[in-house]
Amino acid sequence: MTGRRRRRRKMNRFLGWGCAWLAAGLVLFCLTDMVGTVLLRGLESFHWRVLWTTTSGSSGGLANALLGTLWLVAISVAMAAPLGILGGVYTAEFAGQRTARVIRFTAEILSGVPSIVIGYFAYLLMVLTWGWGFSALAGGISLTVIMLPYILRSTEASLQQVPLTLREAAWGLGMTRFQTIRYVVVKPAMAGMATGVLLAVAIAMGETAPLLYTAGWSTMNPSLQLTHQPVGYLTYIVYKYIEMPFPDAHALAYSAALVLLMVVLLLNVAVRLVVGHAFVPRFSRGRYRDRKTTEGLGERRGKSSANAVGFDCGRRRVDTEAGRL
Amino acid sequence: MQKASSVAKTIDRAFHVAAGIAASSPVVFLAGIVTIVVIQAMPSIRFNGWHFLTSLTWNIGNVYGGLEHEHGVTAASGASFGSRVFIVGTLASSVIALLMAVPVSLLTAVVLAYRTRGALRAILSTLVELLAGIPSVVIGLWGMTVLTPWISTQLGPLLSRVGGVIPYLRGPVGTGMGLLASGCVLAVMTIPIITATTRDLLLQVPTLYREGGIGLGMTDWEVVRHICFPCIREGFIGAVALGFGRAMGETMAVLMVSGNAVNLLPQNLYSPTSTMAAFVADQLDSALTDASKMAVHALSELALLLMVLTVATNLAARRLVSLGRRRQWRTGVDAR
Repeated sequence: MTGRRRRRRKMNRFLGWGCAWLAAGLVLFCLTDMVGTVLLRGLESFHWRVLWTTTSGSSGGLANALLGTLWLVAISVAMAAPLGILGGVYTAEFAGQRTARVIRFTAEILSGVPSIVIGYFAYLLMVLTWGWGFSALAGGISLTVIMLPYILRSTEASLQQVPLTLREAAWGLGMTRFQTIRYVVVKPAMAGMATGVLLAVAIAMGETAPLLYTAGWSTMNPSLQLTHQPVGYLTYIVYKYIEMPFPDAHALAYSAALVLLMVVLLLNVAVRLVVGHAFVPRFSRGRYRDRKTTEGLGERRGKSSANAVGFDCGRRRVDTEAGRL
Repeated sequence: MQKASSVAKTIDRAFHVAAGIAASSPVVFLAGIVTIVVIQAMPSIRFNGWHFLTSLTWNIGNVYGGLEHEHGVTAASGASFGSRVFIVGTLASSVIALLMAVPVSLLTAVVLAYRTRGALRAILSTLVELLAGIPSVVIGLWGMTVLTPWISTQLGPLLSRVGGVIPYLRGPVGTGMGLLASGCVLAVMTIPIITATTRDLLLQVPTLYREGGIGLGMTDWEVVRHICFPCIREGFIGAVALGFGRAMGETMAVLMVSGNAVNLLPQNLYSPTSTMAAFVADQLDSALTDASKMAVHALSELALLLMVLTVATNLAARRLVSLGRRRQWRTGVDAR
């Protein structure tokens, strides 16, 4: 009797862990199959020539799309990085608890808005109402809306890891708020902030939906004109050219996917390697990770240095959980 | 002590103001998006009424024919905008995605949290996160060239033979582009989200709870099953809802593998379908050709509907996740 029961429990255990490992294997298989397929077919069809020829008809190269993607990302970073970083600094350093909560909440909602809706909004407002036509600026602004919440939240999160004692020391020396931030607080938080910006760049490079309605498509290299001139971008080639019935077009789509995947993955891996795994704010579009550090400055002031235990110069996440157990 | 110079004070004040303006930008953007989309949807709301939610046909009308006036707005003659197909497609593909993603990500998270450690855990976690970083268009490419042929030649026939009695599993498999393919692609995109959140939740379960289970003579699997899973329930449901919101808003990958059905409700698991997001992306041409601009307004209404759905889901999800996170773990004996 007990023997049968024990055997059943043992069976359950093996079954359970077996399924678990199977699931993990499935996820890894999907990842490797995906990357492997794109690598294989991409390398088959890739030729260095595509990097400096422009697209023509169903074949040609990727130069226009590559430059266009860089141009769009440059525009959007130029807008999103200052807005996001300053906004994050404000939320972490200046805002009272209630204001900080409102900003955080709106940023969360904004990051949950589907990218196609953001693209369609930009189309309605800029392309139609303001009459910019398909243009780099309209595309750049829609990418800005997508990047902004990530940069803001990662900036805020990394600033909140800097212990209050550092600020108190700076204030005690007679520094203004700005000087404190500029000379004391930003330095240890730099790695986290840079990580947020770089990951946002990776997200922006892979976006297609918000650009369909705003950037349009062009087979010419992008000019510096911001409006009234459509721009090409890499993801468009992947999406459109794979649906064409020509082998040339397919080869081009695979090459574009290869370039795109390599850049995005390298960016992701490099960020993680350089900054250290534990600190990377892990979120993808539509997902926010609420840190334990939800308190604003006002609340932290009360707790003072008790909060600073375990601080490690912004390189590693403070393990508040371990402290509590 | 030297006092802060007036220059430093001015800089400080200017910085404060600039940061405040930057911090208000998410509010401005969000308000802008909502206002513009609602304003542009108004003509369509007046033209279609509740019909928009129930009707099956999406027809921008004869764009070369005359214009038609109804409820004070103008549309191409014969125009009719109904989004039921897309609502059904969105919900169905997301639910199918979750049916696949939930068990896989829960079990993967268990492995990541309890069966690996050190370098192996870091590597596996990074790989799962890399999956989240892959651009959706690349996942769509994989879906088109690897997944759909596999569904049409192997998985589809197998399912329709095995589950022949279940009505939705039966039927012609076709090209493989359809509901099942969309669900698979969405599952691949939601798995990393759910897995990462669940792993963190599992890591927060106090060691003392698990040790208590072991002490009672439970096997390690029973500890996971009967102690850890109940502990993370709210948070996990939140994570799943988060994945649901993401799945509903996903555009490109679905657009590439769904078969883009219009005016047709899915008949079985393999029939072509379309989601709200994918349809908006697909209809660029119609928006450009309709002289009365009613197609633009109708798409705007569809976008509004999609935004309301995803934002509501996201809010509910975040609420649940933070409830699960904020949970105070009581450990040890009360020494009173």
